[in-house]
Amino acid sequence: MTNQTESIVGRGNKDGAMLFRKWFQELTDFAEAGTPGAYVFVMGSLTELLRTFDFPIVFPEINSLQTAVRRAADDYLNEAEDYGYSPDICGYVKADVTTQLRKGKLPMGRIPKPGVAVYTNACNTYIKWAEIWERMHGIDSFCLDVPGTRYEGGATWHGDPVFENDRKFVEAQLRELIPVCEKASGKKFDIDRLRETMRHANTMSRAWKRIIELNQATPSLFNALSDGTIFLGVANGLRGTEAGAQYFEDLVEEMEYKAANGIGTLTDEQYRLVFVGVPCYPIFRRFTELFTDWGGTFVNSTYLWFASGGSNIGYEYDLDNPIESLAEGLLINVRDAMDSMFFPTEMLSNMIDDFQVDGVVYHPIKSCRTTSTGMADNRRALMEKRDVPSLFIESDMMDKRVVSEAQMKNRVDAFFEGLASRKSKVAV
Amino acid sequence: MAYASGVDVGSTQTKAVVVDEDGHIVARALTDTGANVVQAAEKAFGIALKDGDLREEEVEYVIGTGYGRYKVSFGNTQVTEISCHARGAVHMFPETRTVIDMGGQDTKAIRVSEDGEIVDFCMNDKCAAGTGRFLGAASSALDIPLGELGSTALRGERPVKISTTCTVFAESEVLSWLGKGKKIEDILLGVHKSIAARSTGLARRVGVEEQVTFTGGVAKNEAMIDTLNERLGVEVNVSDDSHFMGALGAALFGLDHILASRFPGKAKVAS
Repeated sequence: MTNQTESIVGRGNKDGAMLFRKWFQELTDFAEAGTPGAYVFVMGSLTELLRTFDFPIVFPEINSLQTAVRRAADDYLNEAEDYGYSPDICGYVKADVTTQLRKGKLPMGRIPKPGVAVYTNACNTYIKWAEIWERMHGIDSFCLDVPGTRYEGGATWHGDPVFENDRKFVEAQLRELIPVCEKASGKKFDIDRLRETMRHANTMSRAWKRIIELNQATPSLFNALSDGTIFLGVANGLRGTEAGAQYFEDLVEEMEYKAANGIGTLTDEQYRLVFVGVPCYPIFRRFTELFTDWGGTFVNSTYLWFASGGSNIGYEYDLDNPIESLAEGLLINVRDAMDSMFFPTEMLSNMIDDFQVDGVVYHPIKSCRTTSTGMADNRRALMEKRDVPSLFIESDMMDKRVVSEAQMKNRVDAFFEGLASRKSKVAV
Repeated sequence: MAYASGVDVGSTQTKAVVVDEDGHIVARALTDTGANVVQAAEKAFGIALKDGDLREEEVEYVIGTGYGRYKVSFGNTQVTEISCHARGAVHMFPETRTVIDMGGQDTKAIRVSEDGEIVDFCMNDKCAAGTGRFLGAASSALDIPLGELGSTALRGERPVKISTTCTVFAESEVLSWLGKGKKIEDILLGVHKSIAARSTGLARRVGVEEQVTFTGGVAKNEAMIDTLNERLGVEVNVSDDSHFMGALGAALFGLDHILASRFPGKAKVAS
């Protein structure tokens, strides 16, 4: 291995983990100092705007999934259920309820209490979730109503009156949000700071799009499920920061280097897969191994799309018109994130050839109706459109009680047996 | 003569089959799985060897399947029961396009292509509704041996409606129908119809295409066959060896390995 290879390959994972820890240490410091945070979600986080008010940014979805990855979720879920929340509702919500009851304490540190909550209608649970914070902490919450695509393939763009109306609708709400943030932070809005955070967000979006495209390489450069989740942590937590932008520029460099030198993941790639849905975090490593043990690597994932708030499409803001452009970016990105969940068929179908996909894995999760409802229909639609094998396995993103590893393994093994047989026949 | 064996270690019973190089079954064995899975696999294989009057060294390749497939310590490799049931069903009934396998704790629906490849499959998920265990609960509540459930149900004329989908609650629902004075045969017919509804639901998810082959231990139950036929609107294929279909598929995959090593390029593709 050359010195250059040694310094570049794997840098994204190492730096990502380091930035994530640093981010969490900062949140802990803010919590200890009693500084209230801005609570946001991955789809429509608006960190570009919120950072200009110096809010510590808190992503409750990321905190909750971290409890599962660190095998503490059971404890958090049980406590919320003891408090009165149903076993049937979103696991992320319940883990956060316990976090609030525990005054922000999490396995990886502590989060500040909310000073304001800003969210969109991208997920219906966001709205009820923010109402919990309103009740618990007596804070203001602000919901942006972002119009979605009216039907599959029906996204409108510049020049279309529907698009212009939608954009103005979002812009009007953003202009209402600014005084809410000023009140919660005690700071005046500074449009030049907004330009600065938007510039960093542009760098990140441009790089993110490029990184995903680069994974068309054979062998694939990163596993969209395992490595991808590290990248997503930075894409959300550090969006709008110089450190986040630099990280993604470095990541492009790493992936371009790997592509040029034919360096793939640690898996001996036999099958190139696409993942649809949210990962199984309670057994995250094992879940990934169920596929990599067979030589299956995930070359792309709808999770990389919607959990990055739609920034995968690479939309870049016009810094000369920050508010108007922020509205347009929010509309386009959130709309795309929603389409990734509700209308993924066309997107998946279009990438099968470019990414040389051997199979598609659909993973509905019991406690998230938003991402899972309709997945069976989407799968059927893809199977009718393209001759590509697919697997449908159900578990959860948080709740180990509804994760059956033996049953999942059985299905995954059978899927690969089918892929192997298909590949052998093609070879003959 | 070359022989291959498949050992299907299921949640309730372990099955073993030996096939000759023409794919004919020459030996079979059935035993309860119990707590010691390794022993169950060895026992079933031993019984099969005796049944076929074979020596262990004559069986060139052994494949483990079923939930305990990795516990078939003497086996050469493992293949899932999903692939094995499909392979066995297509071997027995070459026109098979849909397989419904009903076992002790799971029910699976498999759709296969014209050339026998698995196109899609679907299984019950962490719930034993629609499986043999549901019949076990009824058998226990009504104190009727499992083997007599089907014939008793066939005498039913006015089936009760079993509304629960939970196997545990099914037992109390059966008892409540008894308390209301319903005939045992009507209750049992209701139980069979309830299971048929769940299994055909799975089958419809993968798409039911004729011919449909019914495999697994429950395929011996004549009332189950009738209710499935009625629900699907087709006559399902049932082999006398339906119970051994997973083990048969595994044995056939084993045979592929043997033939591939002797005649490279000629054998069917195995796992």
